Amino acid sequence: MKLVAAIPATSTETEPIVALQSVGYRVDGTAALVILQDISMTVRQGEFLCIVGASGCGKTTLLRLIAGLLPISSGKLSSRGLDITGPSQARAIVFQDYSRALLPWRTVAGNVALALEARGTKRSARAAIVESRLRQVNLWEWRDRYPAQLSGGMQQRLQIARCLAQEPELLLMDEPFGALDAMTRQVLQDEVARLSRETGTTIVFVTHDLEEAIYLGDRVVAMESRPGRIATSIEIDLPRPRHQLATREDRRFLAYRHRLFNLLPVHA
Amino acid sequence: MRGLILPLALVLAAEVLARIFGIDSDSIAAPSAILVAGFAALIDGTMLHATAQTLGTALAGLAIGGGGGLAAAILLGLFPRLAQLMRFSIETVRSIPAVAIIPVAMLVFGFGYRMEISIVAFACFWPVLIIGQSAVIGIDPRLDEVGRVLRLNLWARVAKIVLPAALPRIFVAFRLAAGAALIVAVTVEIATNPLGLGYGLMLAQQTLHPDMMFAMLIWVGIVGWGFNALLLFLQKRLFGPAALAGNAP
Repeated sequence: MKLVAAIPATSTETEPIVALQSVGYRVDGTAALVILQDISMTVRQGEFLCIVGASGCGKTTLLRLIAGLLPISSGKLSSRGLDITGPSQARAIVFQDYSRALLPWRTVAGNVALALEARGTKRSARAAIVESRLRQVNLWEWRDRYPAQLSGGMQQRLQIARCLAQEPELLLMDEPFGALDAMTRQVLQDEVARLSRETGTTIVFVTHDLEEAIYLGDRVVAMESRPGRIATSIEIDLPRPRHQLATREDRRFLAYRHRLFNLLPVHA
Repeated sequence: MRGLILPLALVLAAEVLARIFGIDSDSIAAPSAILVAGFAALIDGTMLHATAQTLGTALAGLAIGGGGGLAAAILLGLFPRLAQLMRFSIETVRSIPAVAIIPVAMLVFGFGYRMEISIVAFACFWPVLIIGQSAVIGIDPRLDEVGRVLRLNLWARVAKIVLPAALPRIFVAFRLAAGAALIVAVTVEIATNPLGLGYGLMLAQQTLHPDMMFAMLIWVGIVGWGFNALLLFLQKRLFGPAALAGNAP
């Protein structure tokens, strides 16, 4: 007897990795506060999507909704055709405050291993994966150190390594370089761009830095504040791999910057 | 070293006065007599036997009461609704002094180890519950989110995140409980239970052996000090490097 494949027709590779249909999020209280309103967008397979907006516009909330850490208040939010009702191994999130997101009592290698333990990877297979992930972010030499013994940039790379060990199909990054100095930030931007190219992982990257968004993204979604909603979505047509000097001096880069700068209201 | 001058001088003075006036008392004894009685009891084994009884019950009570308190602390720390539900009951039962349940424990268990252990466990349960619960509640919510995003189940969350994150404070809770354990054990022995150091103290007093009574008292002090020093050493040993490397809030 032949078995018929019992894969639900709604969950296939052809469905978008994340789809939002007029998603809203509000905090009910004495005065109900609308944080996000009528957000509709689709995250495409393999793209590097940057979400940019002023602080307090709800971009972090949007990312947490996609991660499944918060429930939506209205609309429809789905991944591969299935409603997102909670976190999933398939969606990793890199938090901005790396020092709070790492386990201080575990070594660098131990922190990466946590993701493998969570996935139920066999003990014997873990070491090799930990090594390859740590090499990917250039932390292998530091495997026996503790997070507190690393610099901020290294701690953030460690958090990224842990997320990669999760083997997610979607990597969510919440202002990951916001707390780092300018030099370290540039190095990490190039590393994340390289990782996205090497692994082909879809990335949704939230930032308040317009130039960072244009530099990294295949597409930039700009958000407006109070309530948070999408202002515009721009395809970024710049050659890859990008270069910290050449790309940022590119005529098109500057043109994108102008367009988005005028779109984003600046509240001093 | 300077701290020793005063007590040594006082002991010396007591000895000199005892020699001059020649004590023959049922309530006090010369330091030399106390020393002799203490050594005799140490050598014939009665003191060590009593110490083993007291420390054994204190440790057993600490393990049972502290373990239960820890389990309850984690449950109540992770489930705030449950904590709300239990708060009134906990605050009420917690205010009962441990020694006040001696009559109840005696009814249930009679004289012996089990009665004493149950009372020590009752005394140890509360500090571990209260401090442990606040330690679990105080864990950085970000760490909890890391666990949620990785989809750790409840058991893995407790074992991999909650326990290690709260461990330094849980150990402090156990240190406090250990102090209470020794006090309660000796108190129960003095009050009723014919066991251990507390009973030895009472026996020496009632059989009019002040030298032995004071020797026991000094020994209880030494045991308590050693017990606490051991726990402090363990704490430094276990959490010294972690505290150094950790950026715990």
